[in-house]
Amino acid sequence: MDSVYMDHASATPVRAPVIEAMMPYFDQHFGNPSTVYDIGSNIKNVIEEQREKVAKLIGSKTEQIIFTSSGAEANNLAIKGSVFARQKKGTHIIISAVEHHSVLNSARFFERMDFEVTLLPVDEYGLVAPERLLDAIRPETVLVSIMHGNNEIGTIEPISELSTICKEKGVLFHTDAVATVGNIPVDVNELGVDMLSLSGISLGAPKGIGALYFREKLRLMPLIHGGIQERGRRGGTENVPAIVGLGKASELASEELTDRINHVQELRGILVAGIHERINNIIYTGHPEKRLPGHASFCIEAIEGEALIFMLNQEGIYANTGSACASKALKTSPVLVAIGIPPDLAQGSIVFTLNSSITFEEVEYVLKKLPFAVEKLRSISPVWRKKTAA
Amino acid sequence: MKFVENFSADDTLDLVCRMCPLHLLEPGEKLKCLKTGQVLEVLTDYDGALEDIPEWCEKCGQEFMGMEEEEDYYKLYIRKTK
Repeated sequence: MDSVYMDHASATPVRAPVIEAMMPYFDQHFGNPSTVYDIGSNIKNVIEEQREKVAKLIGSKTEQIIFTSSGAEANNLAIKGSVFARQKKGTHIIISAVEHHSVLNSARFFERMDFEVTLLPVDEYGLVAPERLLDAIRPETVLVSIMHGNNEIGTIEPISELSTICKEKGVLFHTDAVATVGNIPVDVNELGVDMLSLSGISLGAPKGIGALYFREKLRLMPLIHGGIQERGRRGGTENVPAIVGLGKASELASEELTDRINHVQELRGILVAGIHERINNIIYTGHPEKRLPGHASFCIEAIEGEALIFMLNQEGIYANTGSACASKALKTSPVLVAIGIPPDLAQGSIVFTLNSSITFEEVEYVLKKLPFAVEKLRSISPVWRKKTAA
Repeated sequence: MKFVENFSADDTLDLVCRMCPLHLLEPGEKLKCLKTGQVLEVLTDYDGALEDIPEWCEKCGQEFMGMEEEEDYYKLYIRKTK
């Protein structure tokens, strides 16, 4: 077997039908959508068709979607755009302790402007308790942002319960759904959110494209000032091929979601059971049931996650340790710290994220190679030697 | 500039936080949904709209009724004449 890619939370390959849909918009239909002649203005309609496909995937109206350059930009626009538009209403923001850096750092940006940011603690599975949110809301709270699915531990938050509390308190509610859209059913009305971020990355669309859903009549201060693209909410000529890619990927996700879930859930089950059978002193992080279907995350005792990733890489297996950003910074994952994993155990984090292209044979290959890599690393670990000698 | 107070409108177009020149594009679209004689209220935080919208009304043959200033934005009133 040449290689097994199990890091679909970081990036997914762009699928052939998506590439095929995008290609004409690089050369054949290259016009600027803001122009009034046919080759430009026709593309405006193409963008609206894609907006409709994205809207359909998450149950929103077409005009409630803004295309962005990424999930991170969508998170920035949701937080900065809504808070700047409402800054006279209050100076308090609530996020959870397990948010992605694009949410965490956007919220913290407001601390420089004398805002206060509350980080809601989570339980051992990474879940935010609705009663904790209720207690944290103050009269000056302007925004709550809690992620839908966690990219590091797979846990799915009780968004509809949390958004109901915010609605009753008259506070805006945003969710970062980058990890969930395209992986589980997502409906903005069922979730009851005011804003929702999504990204092409987990949808089989290219990198460099995302979108923000926003409730009707919600005011958002633009982050990128320029022309009147996105109905005056985001300047800059539209990335038409990527928008077409996101539209096509959304269309495919709408059609295939149930099959995708069934496929990855079954293989994830085999992977998780197999790892537990073959490796001792290991914990499965995140919620056992309320989690993303293709997500399996562990902390392995006496293992350094980076070293394990390196060893698996030599066997052609690509997985991750923590989030892509946190692992590069060689930092203990704040998410693992937030769920109470001791720092030494958190070092042994490994995350497998599967998509519908993964096969049974690939899972078997990982189950064959992973125990060997763990055993080898433990054989040179003084921590493990001390533990086994005791 | 003509100022009005507590003016009643038939519909509202909220352009607060939206970029220029959207204030010259969206009122025309919105007026298409109104009947002749009805009044559109345009909310905007863009100072330039105070000159642009009365001028636009003159060019397009619509009637600019006046404006009211709120703390964070302006309210401009247009009566559909055709």
